[in-house]
Amino acid sequence: MRSFYAVYRKEMGHYFVSPVAYVVIGVFVFVTGFFFTSYIGQAILAGLQGMQMGMTQQDLPGEVMRAFFGIISLLILFFLPMLTMGVYAEERKRGTMELLMTSPITETQIVLGKFFASLSLYAIMLVPTAGYLTYMYFHSDPIPPWRMMLAGYVGVLLFGGALLALGTFLSSLTENQIIAAILTFTAFLMLWVLNLGANASSSVGAVLGYLSVIAHYNDFTKGVVDTSSLIYYLSFIFLFLFLTVRAVDSLRWRRA
Amino acid sequence: MIEVESLTKKYGSTTAVDAVSFSVKKGEILGFLGPNGAGKTTTMRILTGYMPATSGTARVAGCDVANQSLEVRRHIGYLPEAPPVYPDMTVAAYLDFVARIKNVPAERRASCVSDAMHKTNLDDKRDELIKHLSRGYKQRVGLAQAVVHDPDVIILDEPTVGLDPKQIIEVRHLIKGLAGNHTIILSTHILPEVSMTCDRVVIINKGKIAAVDTPQNLTTQLRGGQRVRIEARAPEAALREALTHVEGAARIQTESASDGRVLATVEAAEGQDIRGRLASAIVEKGWPLFELRGVSLSLEDIFLELTTDDSAHAQPAA
Repeated sequence: MRSFYAVYRKEMGHYFVSPVAYVVIGVFVFVTGFFFTSYIGQAILAGLQGMQMGMTQQDLPGEVMRAFFGIISLLILFFLPMLTMGVYAEERKRGTMELLMTSPITETQIVLGKFFASLSLYAIMLVPTAGYLTYMYFHSDPIPPWRMMLAGYVGVLLFGGALLALGTFLSSLTENQIIAAILTFTAFLMLWVLNLGANASSSVGAVLGYLSVIAHYNDFTKGVVDTSSLIYYLSFIFLFLFLTVRAVDSLRWRRA
Repeated sequence: MIEVESLTKKYGSTTAVDAVSFSVKKGEILGFLGPNGAGKTTTMRILTGYMPATSGTARVAGCDVANQSLEVRRHIGYLPEAPPVYPDMTVAAYLDFVARIKNVPAERRASCVSDAMHKTNLDDKRDELIKHLSRGYKQRVGLAQAVVHDPDVIILDEPTVGLDPKQIIEVRHLIKGLAGNHTIILSTHILPEVSMTCDRVVIINKGKIAAVDTPQNLTTQLRGGQRVRIEARAPEAALREALTHVEGAARIQTESASDGRVLATVEAAEGQDIRGRLASAIVEKGWPLFELRGVSLSLEDIFLELTTDDSAHAQPAA
């Protein structure tokens, strides 16, 4: 536990000493803020049109929230590779992997320390977006159920956690962080493409739908915490962290 | 403290370390001497648990490096060829991190970190970012990291490489100071370094142990006799003639230098000190004698001797 915390602390320090964290958080807050205001604008417009047509029951805040969680899931496909690309690649290149691997600390402690550090930074990235939604919460009528917002964040965290676990694994495969970044982008893109296939109404589509990392996320944005999705994400994270541990361990055997 | 038995490491078809066996007693400083690519780093990496051996066993502090790797790693401090530092951390923060992953208890951590900085003369660099330090200081941070948790065994891979002469002397003093309480293995390709710091030397070449002995024994044993360099002002042929008559002198080589001086190299028969006789032979003739000194063998000489000559010396003594 102490070694896990040491690695976690070191990784967090590393994020905030370098400009990475500030740039990623800053740009993410700006871009999400831009989309949020534009969704609000659209919702107000749609609300006025609805009133003209005599509709009385409209769930505009809910729609804003769904659209907003949707765009976050798309944006993190581009932002999260930046958090994980250097996690192992840098360590191998600098030779500090040699320090970690000759210290009384297990591969699992290293992998978990690094994963939870990237997850924490991701959570910090999300905090300002919760500010936007809270603002809307207090200024909308009807007030959207707060459980919906909570479910959305559980989904965003799980979805992001899955991406981070995958990115962490890909970073452990190479010494070069540019290659790690490209691999991660490509893998995330493939997940997205896979999701498009899932919309096809066939048995293949149904299978792809179950496998798709993104499809499971949609339940959460509607305010539903589905146990199968929960288990899906946790197993996804577990699988890739396990593979990362194996990949780190295999460095001992591979090195020429 | 360390027992290595027929350790072998193969990378594909090449054998980096070939059936190496040696042992190190507690408190001893063992020098690993060999040219680049001889297998020094590979042997050290196996001892530190960084990579597994292809065959053979190694035990550190009674624990097997393959099966009880974590236990072994608790007992060692290791400085790899390149100091394993994080450029974005300060010296103090980095050493604190290392102390944490080396399982130093929280209450002793601060004192361990300042001790390590003190030992390596880093006190005034404590809050500097490692990336702003010079090569020599980075090397010292690497050394500090290897000793911060006060390990039983310290393994140093070329600890003085990249340091200036003053720093080299400091590091040698530091290593000597650590001996006694700690068992130390260090690798180098500089012969004087071994004779100055180590109790025992393992000479390794092409993955095989060529010799194990104390530095003193090794040099005298290998030298077989003494080699003397002379600088005098004399006619070259006459000097040559005079030196051949000195008892015990053999293999005389002369070459003329500027200003009418002659440089001569004389080898003596085994077990004889002929320096006095050489000096009087020259002085008797009335030639000005500028220099006369015994020459120690360089590493290259030892290697030539060990790898080309008879293998009589090459029997590991321990």
